[in-house]
Amino acid sequence: MSKQGQGDHFLRDKAAIVGVGATEFSKQSGRTEIQLGVEAILAALADAGIDPVEVDGMATYTMDNNPEIELHRLIGGRALRFFSRAHYGGGAACAPVMHAAMAVATGVADVVVVYRAMNERSGFRFGQGGLLTEDPNAFETVDFGWYFPHGLMTPASWIAMFAQRYLHETDATTEDFGRVAVGGRDFASTNPKAWFYQQPITLEEHQAARWIAEPLRLLDCCQESDGAVAMVITSAERAKDLKRPPVLVRGASQGAADDQRMMTSFYRKSLTGLPEMGEVARNLYAMSGLGPADMQAAVLYDHFSPFVLPQLEEFGFAERGKACDFLREGHHLRGGKLPVNPHGGQLGEAYIHGLNGVAEAVRQVRGEAANQVAGLEHILVTAGTGVPTSGLILGGAS
Amino acid sequence: MSDATPDLSAYLGGDRGPYRSWDAVNRPMIRHWCEALGDDNPIYHDADAARAAGFDGIVAPPTMLQAWTMRGYREARPPGSDTSDPFEVLVALEELGYPAVVAVNCEQEYTQYVGEGDTLYHRSTIESISEQKSTALGVGFFVTELSTYYNQRDEVVGTMRFRVFKFAPHARDEAAAPVEAGSAPPAVRRMRPVRNEDTRFFWEGVEAGELRVQRCGGCQTLRHPPSSACPHCQSLEWTPQRVSGRGTVYSFVTMHYPEIPPFDYPNLIALVELEEGTRLVSNLVGVSRHDVRIGMPVQVEFAEVEPGFQLHQFRPLEGC
Repeated sequence: MSKQGQGDHFLRDKAAIVGVGATEFSKQSGRTEIQLGVEAILAALADAGIDPVEVDGMATYTMDNNPEIELHRLIGGRALRFFSRAHYGGGAACAPVMHAAMAVATGVADVVVVYRAMNERSGFRFGQGGLLTEDPNAFETVDFGWYFPHGLMTPASWIAMFAQRYLHETDATTEDFGRVAVGGRDFASTNPKAWFYQQPITLEEHQAARWIAEPLRLLDCCQESDGAVAMVITSAERAKDLKRPPVLVRGASQGAADDQRMMTSFYRKSLTGLPEMGEVARNLYAMSGLGPADMQAAVLYDHFSPFVLPQLEEFGFAERGKACDFLREGHHLRGGKLPVNPHGGQLGEAYIHGLNGVAEAVRQVRGEAANQVAGLEHILVTAGTGVPTSGLILGGAS
Repeated sequence: MSDATPDLSAYLGGDRGPYRSWDAVNRPMIRHWCEALGDDNPIYHDADAARAAGFDGIVAPPTMLQAWTMRGYREARPPGSDTSDPFEVLVALEELGYPAVVAVNCEQEYTQYVGEGDTLYHRSTIESISEQKSTALGVGFFVTELSTYYNQRDEVVGTMRFRVFKFAPHARDEAAAPVEAGSAPPAVRRMRPVRNEDTRFFWEGVEAGELRVQRCGGCQTLRHPPSSACPHCQSLEWTPQRVSGRGTVYSFVTMHYPEIPPFDYPNLIALVELEEGTRLVSNLVGVSRHDVRIGMPVQVEFAEVEPGFQLHQFRPLEGC
């Protein structure tokens, strides 16, 4: 297997996403995360036309509160022979699909469900400065001791430290962060599933919004949402016999690099890149045999708008430090050369920890998205930024 | 207090005013203020000194901003004033079962000096009302009034954001901790950093007024945050190294929202690059967030931020 192989990577095109399901996205689901998970998984299996008894693998995030065995039991599963969880919060958004793809490609499982179900608005909210665990023996609790006593205790604040430095070293301004937000909200305005359906924003409104963690404003921050998304992965062979057009996993990778920390990689030589995403980009392009010019759209993780700029650079859509020019030319917008987050993103549609972005990519490849990009062959999806992360390139069978 | 959280959105915003001043800016009030506060600055009482400093005449201490348009002892406003209560929302909350109030924050911005003879007025808007919050004191809402102060030429001379917490006190058995007679209510504390075998030396240093990093016993590389092993040579040996505490601002953040207790907001936090090469996160003091510049030289100091809790912080060096 060559590093820059043109299509001879073992995993390429071996697995397909054959079903996708989701609940509504709200601020108060009124039901447990378990129930949200059951609903989304059953919808995904119905979409795939696969009986739940066949599910023999499950993959999710370490942060998901729903045990695999409980969901598997409730959907009518019989037995599991593969289950995995990927760490680092939203950095895990694409990883479970990669794990599922590896499982079905090697034959250790045949039907793998990927899921994320959370009441992140009506339940435990990530942005309130609390800790998931108070255990003093937990490395992550010790590590937060370098930040919490000073008040640097929310995800927005950790991103803001990078964003301030990025503004210092490039020509970008907070208006460019706003261009990301305006683009996402424009797509959300025509997506009936989006929380901000019919509610676009202007750059002026972005610039007038209150500070959250300066230089981040309210409209630079993604929503808080209750909801669930699930998808079903089988081998590409099996996918040919199913009712929906297969969405092939052409590239998949996780990534961590260069003095990596969880949200606080403040000790790198440079804070303006995303080396972990660069690692993912290299691997995605190598596995798929594709490059940036082959992508017709991209789902770029937007828990906070500023990190969309270095993502554009790491994936080769813009040169280092020049993502602001890409945005000022509107390439990320409706009708642009690389629509970004055509579902509205986590700023506009909902924040289901990135899995709703993977679901959008599946719909785009199938040709059934609310804001369908015409002629789409390949789409890039990324997972959480500021953390160890993951990514996918999805495409249709030729 | 009803079970349903009240919808206070109708009280947000608004534009009330003018709230006029009883007296033009005057010497007697300025003299009383300076005497009470021990402020000898001659520009406040000596016209020649004020002119030498570039003013047309005596000016008032900027911190008197709020005093000029306060209602006074009989809580009456001068003729020509709006008679409505800018804090109408607090009256509404009282009726909804939130009887107690405490002032929590006051932030003033001084745009220009006011001088003898200026007549001032202010306008008021409710800038924000929080969601219902539960604190050590009780359950209620943080309400922020933004007052904008003008002179007789309708120029802005300053602003004030005054925040109160309007609340229903906890019933005794709901309180966060038992309160003894005469003691202050229990407060939310800053997180105390965990001390383990790798980090203890750092926090003992802070208690002793020293900033320390690890020096690798193998390759001598300095590192922070502390770790068990050296990422370069994998040595498990290290010694504590005192550092000078001099550095520059590598990046910074101003925390505005959410206002998580017990910090004061806006909260200025920097990533400081020490002259020895390592970086650390710390608070910046002695500088406005509008004046912070990446690259500005800073120096560590130590402060007791809470009883029994000493912490490092950084202050810009003079003349920068």
